[in-house]
Amino acid sequence: MQLDLLVLFPVLLPMMAAAISVILWRSPLAQRIIGVVGTSGLLAASIWLLVATRREGIITMEMSGFPPPFGIVLVSDLLSALMVLMVGIMGFTVVIYSLATAGEEYERFGYYPLMHLLHAGVAGAFLTGDIFNLYVWFEVMLVASFALLILGGKRPQMEGAVKYVTINLVSSMILLTAIGLTYGLTGTLNMAHIAQTFQEVDSPMVTVVAMMYMVAFGIKAGSFPLFFWLPASYHTPPVAVSALFAGLLTKVGAYALFRVFTLIFTQDVEFTHNILLWAGAITMLTGVLGAAAQFEFRRILSIHIISQIGYMLMALGLLASPDIPEEAAHLAIAGGIFYIIHNIVVKTNLFLVSGVVYRLLGSYQLKDLGGIYRHKPFLAFLFFVPALSLAGLPPLSGFFAKFAVIRAGLEAYQGVVVAFALVTGLLTLYSMVKIWMYAFWSPLDDDHPRKHKLTEPNDATTWVMYTPIILLLICTVVLGIYSEPFFELTLASAAELLDPSQYIEAVGIADEISHPIEDLPAGGGE
Amino acid sequence: MEPLMAFVVGGLFAAAIYMILRRSIIKLVIGLILLSNAANLAIFTAAGMREGAPPLIPAGGVEPMITPSADPLPQALILTAIVIAFGVLAFAVVLIHRAYEIVGVDDLDEMNTTDETKELK
Repeated sequence: MQLDLLVLFPVLLPMMAAAISVILWRSPLAQRIIGVVGTSGLLAASIWLLVATRREGIITMEMSGFPPPFGIVLVSDLLSALMVLMVGIMGFTVVIYSLATAGEEYERFGYYPLMHLLHAGVAGAFLTGDIFNLYVWFEVMLVASFALLILGGKRPQMEGAVKYVTINLVSSMILLTAIGLTYGLTGTLNMAHIAQTFQEVDSPMVTVVAMMYMVAFGIKAGSFPLFFWLPASYHTPPVAVSALFAGLLTKVGAYALFRVFTLIFTQDVEFTHNILLWAGAITMLTGVLGAAAQFEFRRILSIHIISQIGYMLMALGLLASPDIPEEAAHLAIAGGIFYIIHNIVVKTNLFLVSGVVYRLLGSYQLKDLGGIYRHKPFLAFLFFVPALSLAGLPPLSGFFAKFAVIRAGLEAYQGVVVAFALVTGLLTLYSMVKIWMYAFWSPLDDDHPRKHKLTEPNDATTWVMYTPIILLLICTVVLGIYSEPFFELTLASAAELLDPSQYIEAVGIADEISHPIEDLPAGGGE
Repeated sequence: MEPLMAFVVGGLFAAAIYMILRRSIIKLVIGLILLSNAANLAIFTAAGMREGAPPLIPAGGVEPMITPSADPLPQALILTAIVIAFGVLAFAVVLIHRAYEIVGVDDLDEMNTTDETKELK
């Protein structure tokens, strides 16, 4: 089999699964089976892709055989392949969890097809090498997420959805305008080709366009000061949907920032990346302070996503430091990627745990919870490990992610930002301890209507919910204790990102068309 | 032509943002519609507006076009963007209708605390 076909599978498989599930609209059972089979296929394909990318280097797939820059290319470098692997893991675990939590009311209104479509959109966004195609995948992902967000049609969901839809549409339009301007400046849409052409465009418009991309992706990533849609909406949908959103959606924005601001906009790093650096610092602090003020399980976790995005932006922003040593730059980007991976695993896991707690006690409000440690110590353990990992305690994955980013920050002489990061880490621990104290440690009120639920043994459904949590917990622990091979992978990925010529070479823009503005009679504006 | 289009695009963006900032959810959707049109026109303008022959190669021909021809790509981009915006806006219209039915207000200022679930189920 040709190697480049591998790049297609992570996009094609979920799309096929979505199509088949739509055909089997009337049979929830068949949709469940397709759900598990389809996402296992996605997981297998993503592992295969990562292995192949690691062994063979960057893999490029030319859609319909049009040579770049004329056709759309799908490109799998290590960053893309790692991110796609996360889609596979999240897709698989969340679908297993959904078997227990998605009731008839969701399943009969297209829960599984939408889930598959979301996976396809996210995987497509990670793999595409064409900036307009990136916009299209963003829209595929967004439409699926809109529908998932309002599934069930409860009162709180409506308000969250109105805010989410509006702000995401605004961000898409900013992105679209930025793409239009990029095309006007360079006459191409292929990301590698844009990167090549921008080196020769000497115009202040380049930085303007860079800022537009930053705002558009910043909204999607939930960075300061553009995050307010996130705490308004993420706690409202069914818990499996919350978990998937928390894991994947904001990280697509973070991925897009990593891609665009290492490949394309590297002309004026002192300006653009400094904004990212400080936005990251303020993002982490506002996020964690917002979480400190909340007393609802899922709201605390949602607002925490924002603060975690701050670390990723900080890692990327460290490239702005004028006297950053080469090694520190690599460490920063590798740490950022490791942080994204760690955060996807841990955040999703905490949301999944909150769903189990809700199933037991019927509430997300911390004051209505309690007594779990006493009656269900295993569940308390399942919360405890990812919570400590999120706070960054060794030897879990969060420690190494934070350690790399902070060490790179120190080597880049960004002491103030590092101080922000350390304070945020401390406050994260505070929020996690707050959930622990209220929901797990404190005794349950004697007149709580669900008290008997705690003393009953777990039924089969609860064990189905435990399975993905345990799987993700193992991921966290392995990423922490056995982190060296993973860190080498992210370091290799950072080396690829910091040397864009590898990407450009792999996409393979032919020499005779590398100057479209002069050579083609009408290939774009001036 | 370009300066005129620049003003049209700017005017559309301004009108769209004004409408999005209004309190009524109907006006919010009108603002989104204007915004997507503004973005499409911005692509159209930025990609260069000039007269040219249709970008076609005659049947059997292999030579690239010699006379300056129009760039077909912006039109393809805009067409894609229109279709996507149409779908998403259709969803937005249905959403605000449902939101109005369920929440019972069309004022965004009053739609900021409906997600606080106080009751214990």
